[in-house]
Order: sequence, then C-alpha cells, then structure tokens
Amino acid sequence: MIEEKESEILQALYKDLSKPKLEAFISEVHAVKSASNLALKELKSWMKPEKVKTNMSTYPSSAEILPEPLGVVLVISAWNYPFLLSLDPVVGAIAAGNAVVLKPSEISPATSSTIARLLAEYLDNSTIRVIEGAVPETTALLEQKWDKIFFTGGGRVGRIVMSAAARHLTPVTLELGGKNPVVVDSNVDVEVAARRIVAGKWAANCGQICIGADYIITTKKFAPKLIDVLRNKIEEFFGKDPTESSDQSRIVNSFHFRRLANLLDEVSDKIVVGGQRDESRLKIAPTILLDVPENAQIMQEEIFGPLLPIITVENLEECFGIIEAKPKPLSAYLFTNDQRLKKKFVQNVSAGGIAINDTILQVAQPNLPFGGVGESGMGCYHGKFSFDAFTHRKPVLYRIFARDSSVRYPPYTPKKEKIMRALLSGNLLRIILTLLGWSRD
Amino acid sequence: MAMAVTVAHSTLFSKTSSLFPQPNGYKCLPFSSSSSSSSMASSLPMKKTWTRHVVSALELDGLKTAINVSVKEEKAAFDSKAANSLVKQLRANFAAGKTRSYDWRMGQLRGILKILDNHESEIVAALRSDLSKPVHEAFINEIINLKKSCKLAIKKLKEWMTPEKVPISLALKGSAEIVPEPLGVVLIISTWNFPLLLSLDPVVGAVAAGNSVVLKPSELAPVTSSLLAKLVSQYLDRSCVRVVEGAVPETTALLEQKWDKIFYTGSGRIGRTVMAAAAKHLTPVVLELGGKCPVVVDPDADIKVTARRIAIGKWGCNNGQACIAPDYIITTKDFAPKLVDTFREVLQQIFGRSPLNSKDLSRIVNSNHFDRLTKLMDEDKVSGKIVHGGERDKTKLKIAPTIFLDVPHDSLIMNEEIFGPLLPIITVDKVEDSFDLINSSGRKPLAAYLFTSNEELKKQFVASVSSGGQLVNDTVLHVAVQELPFGGVGESGMGSYHGKFSFDAFSHKKPVLSRSTDDDLDFRYPPYTDAQWKLLKALVGGDRLEILGAFASMDLSTIKRVFRPSR
Repeated sequence: MIEEKESEILQALYKDLSKPKLEAFISEVHAVKSASNLALKELKSWMKPEKVKTNMSTYPSSAEILPEPLGVVLVISAWNYPFLLSLDPVVGAIAAGNAVVLKPSEISPATSSTIARLLAEYLDNSTIRVIEGAVPETTALLEQKWDKIFFTGGGRVGRIVMSAAARHLTPVTLELGGKNPVVVDSNVDVEVAARRIVAGKWAANCGQICIGADYIITTKKFAPKLIDVLRNKIEEFFGKDPTESSDQSRIVNSFHFRRLANLLDEVSDKIVVGGQRDESRLKIAPTILLDVPENAQIMQEEIFGPLLPIITVENLEECFGIIEAKPKPLSAYLFTNDQRLKKKFVQNVSAGGIAINDTILQVAQPNLPFGGVGESGMGCYHGKFSFDAFTHRKPVLYRIFARDSSVRYPPYTPKKEKIMRALLSGNLLRIILTLLGWSRD
Repeated sequence: MAMAVTVAHSTLFSKTSSLFPQPNGYKCLPFSSSSSSSSMASSLPMKKTWTRHVVSALELDGLKTAINVSVKEEKAAFDSKAANSLVKQLRANFAAGKTRSYDWRMGQLRGILKILDNHESEIVAALRSDLSKPVHEAFINEIINLKKSCKLAIKKLKEWMTPEKVPISLALKGSAEIVPEPLGVVLIISTWNFPLLLSLDPVVGAVAAGNSVVLKPSELAPVTSSLLAKLVSQYLDRSCVRVVEGAVPETTALLEQKWDKIFYTGSGRIGRTVMAAAAKHLTPVVLELGGKCPVVVDPDADIKVTARRIAIGKWGCNNGQACIAPDYIITTKDFAPKLVDTFREVLQQIFGRSPLNSKDLSRIVNSNHFDRLTKLMDEDKVSGKIVHGGERDKTKLKIAPTIFLDVPHDSLIMNEEIFGPLLPIITVDKVEDSFDLINSSGRKPLAAYLFTSNEELKKQFVASVSSGGQLVNDTVLHVAVQELPFGGVGESGMGSYHGKFSFDAFSHKKPVLSRSTDDDLDFRYPPYTDAQWKLLKALVGGDRLEILGAFASMDLSTIKRVFRPSR
C-alpha cells in the first residue's frame, strides 16, 4: 500500500499540514514502512511462546508464556502525524492478531479519507475498519466494549477515554504530551546542538509534535550565544522570512493559530527571534522568547507550535527544580559533555523518554519503548512493544498425573507440616533429612 | 485468660462496630457499614473451651492492638483532607529521594521478611480469627508464598535495578539503555480472602521498585488488617510506607487523591470504580479481579488425581473463596457420575465424615457472603441438583463442600463468580464442546483448568480459551511460579505481578538515548533539495546503485552542507 500509493499519501499530508515532502517521507511514510518491515521480519519470533523455567515447588512441571490477541481493539489517532499515528499502532494490533477499528483525526481530513480509502482497498475489510468522524462518532465508539483502546492525543481527552474504558474494564494505552524541556549546557558544540534543536522543533511539523522541544533552560551567561546560533540556524534552514519557506509545515488550522497567537501576545515583549505571522496562510515563524515569567500561559500549557521560550538560571543545576515542578513530560533533553550532569539528569528527571545531545530521535529506535509517564501517558509501543501492547501474555503451567504426593492434602498432621516446610524451603539437605525421617503413607 | 478476653469483648461493644476482632469459636460479626452494636451483642455466644493454638498471649496482644487502633480511629476520621495531606507528605519524602537507594529498598524487603519470621504465630492466629483459616493453609498459601516473593526480590534486586543496554542503529553513533525508575507514590488496595499475601505481596514489588506506598487492607479481615498496620509501622519506614485502615469512606477518600499507580485486588464492580477514579488523574492501574474459573475434565484423565487436585484447589483454598479457585466443572455426560463418586471419596478422606466440624475447612468470611451462597444453593432450579454435601451451619458460618450436577445455564450459580464451596458440574456430549461453552460467556476468567492426557486437546484448549492464566492437570498452582505473570484479561483484570513482574508493575521503564555532539553525516536538515531527497530515499531503500547515483548527482553546495566538517 505504502509503496504503491506513496505520492497520494504525501499529497494528503501536504494538504492537511503543508508538510514538506522530505519531512513527510521520513517521519511518516518511511517510518510506517519500517515498522511494517520489522513486524514482517520478526513476527514468527514474536508469536512464539516463551518457555519459562519452573522450580522445585511445582516439580514436575513445565511452563510457557503464550502471546494471544486481545480481541477487537480501537485505535484513535491524532492530527499532527496523521498517517504515522494511525498506522503505526495498527501495525502492532494486526501483528498481535486483533481485529481493529481505526478512528483517524478529523482535523487532518485529507489524510483521514486517504487512509479510509486505502485501508479498505488493501486490507481485510472483515476485520479491519476505518471510521471517520469527529466528536459524535468518537463518543459512539467509546461507548462500546473494546478489548483495548489505543489513544494518541491530549490529556483532557485522554481522561475521557480512560473513563469510558473503565466502564468495561478495557485496558488502555494513552500517548499524550507535555512540556518537554531542553537543558543546554555551555560545554557543548553549540553549532551541532543548535542544529539538532532547530531540527527537532521547527523542522518537525513546525513544533506541532508531542516529543518536540517545548522550552529551553540554560544559564544566563550562555543564553545570548545560544540565541545567536539558533537564529543563524533558523535562517540557514528556512531563509530570511521563514513564513515563506516551503520547508516548514503550517499551523494546522485557525483555532490553533489563534491559540498560539494568544500565547505569543501575552509575552510579546520577550521575543528575541522571529515573531512574524500570517493568519491567511496559517504560518508563524520560528520564534524564540527570553525569560518569560513562569506564570505566563506559554509556560503553563504544552505549546505545540513554533514558539520556543528560553528560561535562564544562574546555575544549570537549578533546571531540576524547574522541571520537577511541572507534570512529567513525554520527553526530556539535555545537551552536555558533563558526565556527572548527564547521570544526575537521567537519575532525577522522570519523563516518558530521554535523549542526551539530540532531540526526537529516540522514537525512531524500535528497540526503545515509546510512551509517557504520569500526565504524559501510560503504556508504550514501537518495535516489539507494539506487538506487546495489543497482546495478552498468558502463562500456562503443565503438570502430569504421576507423582501426586499425599503431603499436599488434608488432614494436615504435624509430620506433613514438617515435610511441607522442608520442601518449600528449597533447601536440598533439609528436604532429604526430613524425607528420611518420614515414612510413606 | 478466657475472662480477660470476655472483658475485652464487652468494652469493645461500646466502641466500634467495624474493627472488632474475634477469636476462634466466636461467630463472625455481620460486616457492613450499617451494622449496629446491638445486633452484635445478641449474636455472640461464649465458648467455654479453647483450642491450644487459638488463645495465646500473642492473640491477646493482637486484640489489645486492635482495641487501640479502633479507639484511635474513632478520634480522627480519615477523610479527604487527611488523605490529601498523607499523599503530600509521602510525595515530599519521595521527592527527597528517600526511597531510591538500593539500601532503602533492601531494608524494606528485609523488614517484611522479619515480620514473617518474627510474627508467624500472630499472623496465623489473625488468619484463623478472620477466616478460620487452617494453620496449614495460612502457612503455605500466605506466609510461604510471601516469603518466597520477598526472598526473590532480595536476591534479584540489583539485577532488576540495572539499566538494560539496548542496540540502536549504527548510523547514530550513540548508545541507548532502558532505565527502570519508580513511579512515585502508589496506592495498594487489598482484599480479605488472602489478607496477608494480597496486601504485602504487591508491597514487595512497590518498595523493590523504589516507591512510596500506602496500603489499604480489607476491613472484612479486621484482625489481619490491624496486625498489618501495627507490624508495618514497626518494621518498615513510616516516612514512606503507610497503612490506612478503614472501609468505604476511607477508600473513597484515598481514591480521590492523585497517585502514580493504583494496584487493586478485588471485584470487577469496584475495579470499575477504581479505574474511573484513576482516570481523573491519568493514574495507571493494575486490577486483579476474578471470574468463573472453569475446569474441563476429559474422561481420559486420571480420575483420582484429578479429583484430589480439584478438591484441594477448591475447598483447600479458603473453602472456595479464592479468585483462582475452580468455579465450575465441564465434563462429559458419561464421565460425570464417576467423577462425582470420586469426589465423594476424596472429600471424605480430606475432610472426614462431617466436614462442618473439620478444622481443615475455612469458614465463610461473614454472614453477607453466607447468605449470598445459600441463596445460590437454594434457588429452585438448583437446589434439586445437589449430588453431594449441602450441609450448612449459620452460627459457625460454615458450608460443606457441595457439588451440583447439571444446573441450568441461566441459574444464578452459573452467572456470578461463586467464591465459595459450591461446585456445579455441567455436562456436554463431547469434551471438545466445553471450549465454546467457556468462550460463550463473553467474560474471560482469571484462570482456566484442563485435566487430560490428550496432547491435542491440551493444544486446542490453550489456543482457544482466553483467560488470565492456564493450568493443565492441576489447579491453582501456577500462581506459585514466580517466573509466570499473574493477572487477568478482560473482565478478570489488567496488568500482572509476581516475581520481576511485580517490580515492573511499579516501575517506569525509561528509554535513554545518548549521543555526542561530535557531528557525523547529518543530512536531515533543511533547506531540502532534490538531491537530498534522492539521497535520503536511496539510503532508506538500501539499493547501492541508487545511493551511488544520488551522491553522484549532488551539487557542490549540497555536498558542502552534507559533509559538514565537525568542530
């Protein structure tokens, strides 16, 4: 499907988000292809039961853990990576042997209908379906009993999904978001760091990405240098007027445009780079702000756009207090060459995932689980974790009829108790000695 | 000693209706929040004789503690405000890093072991008091299992805490690992049938994973609940591990708070309430619920061993009041009578001629459940189907092992989890028909059992019946295998624990990707050119000729950008 319809998919993504072809290809089309290829390659091994060693207490026995599908699952996708976030979970659901209903986001309608059309054409309609729609359709779906619900989106709707799931005891994976901090130390190669920050923010759906850099923390001393280099990189990547660059996505719709404009207007005096906007084309230039107040709205909600506040501190160690005061984010980033700081960061900052000296790339690694913690979500996927997310790992213990010891059954005598204690202690010597003192009944 | 206990009783009447401990031989008091002291007083007979291991100084101690605890509780009701302040306190202590170290975690695990080593007889007495649990069962099912769980955690903790190195794509020139970290402040809500095990086993996982814990034991096992409160505060770190006793109001207050995880063992009805409360704070949950655990018996099974193993898993396990107890049997029409006969034999061997008087039979926990079970037994379409047992004694809250043959599918007993000593046998023509029957309920049970020597049938069973866990040719034992995850699916629950799964249940597995800022070939950056597009496509496609071609057609400026020298 992807190989044959690549240009249709890319076109839909461009229509919904003005997503540049290269970005759309790498981050969405290719990513889904990768996930599918991996599943195709590994499926046999994923489906195999896992043999488990048993111990003395159930001797003789053998055991295994058998993966089985959950049944009929619901995948609710989001608008910012509409192709990826629809099909990536579906790959996992299908690999695990489930029937699937996919509800793509109505806020990316071109991709939603393209997916609906293509899946009906290429996949088994009797077990895989796409339901398009908005709140009413989603509500109707959420009233049903599912064997699993996989939701990507915001925390507010995440709560609604989990409450709906609670009525049927349906397990959920919630991939949500948060304010992902980027802590920048002065001892790094600032050119490289800046490139990676810019790429992970503005070359990633114009900052409308759940794992994108939300705000930076750096020292007062280093901030000016960092801002300069960031400014240069932005110009290098997007030209003098970034709103004219075709290498950047646009803001998805006017609701979000106005939301971002409001965030910006509250702190407009703190803009140090960018700030240009064009409502008719839904474009906001990469914008950096310096030292916005903590209680400004831009520091209170997930930005999900091309605005990047920089918070400065005297000593970089103060970053921990700032980060820990906020809900746990989906990712946290640190640029440093200081091994001690790196260790402290990994130890103390709780986030869905962490990357050191880069941004966003951690989610492209199939061996790393991708998911949130606390407010940023629960459960994870990617690689084998996708298969597991839609699987019940069923333990099976096998016993035989022979050697059924009477010790196990009442009436319980002190002698039996002695034997049992010895057997369960696992201490071989004790077992032997006790058994020698025991006459078989 | 009997006098002292009598005095204690009468003083207690005036104090509290809900946290009243009862030594063995006394009738268990009706347990609901609306029960009044007067109904208690009238229903309390005085037993003249005491069995040796029931009344001891230790038990009296337990009574005294319970008195103290219940008096304290009268003074300060545990409401939403109290719950909030408790969580705040624990969160502050967690944030200060108290629970993170290996040493702290080991200290808590050793503390739990010490509780089991130093207070075994008190624990056994408490279980005897709450459930008339036979000493042997208390020992094997609760104490031993818990000890094993603790010892495994102690042995493996270092390994569990070690980050797992993970291979990543070579092109990145970096490294990655998955780091387990504690979730924070967790709530464990336990239940009454294995009140020690189901309280402390999750705690083992929670502290091993480095969390702060609040444990809410079940009020339906009040002596164990207050013993736990006493011992936990004595042996574990009070600043990070706490027990909150109480019933619905206290649990409600706790559920209003924001936790980093809630671990609940109990019924599906309350499970829904717990998950709905958790949803408000996006708190992940583990729900260990129940279901109707079927036992399929193939005529080719060894009938004696089969009957013994079913009997022990049913009536030797808190008299059927266990979430994984065999709930009902499915076998062929021809085999059923033989199976019933064998059960009769086995039951007599195990419990003697008069099971209600056997000290190896647990009692029903309280009169609510007693009434619930007798209602199931007495339903018109069912009462005539009893083929063995049926005896009951309301004063002692005892029901004998009772077997039914061919109850109708729409009877009450076939439509709710029995959780008691009643065992219906459903018959089918062919044993293979049983799988569809099990799946037709639409509710996946916590466990499913099969007795057979037929390898094909085993394979079919495992492939077509979905349940939390499965056992072939035995019952109940699989929960003792620490390497197997223990949990439900669908109606029987979500999440799992035991062994390393307990550690994982209370951990966040955090991926960490590390790179350096020594640059390499980063051509993922804008401005995007056609040459770049060609190159990228070729690279991901992996076709060497295409890659070469793409490089060859690159212009100078692109080459300059792509092959940027690092500083």
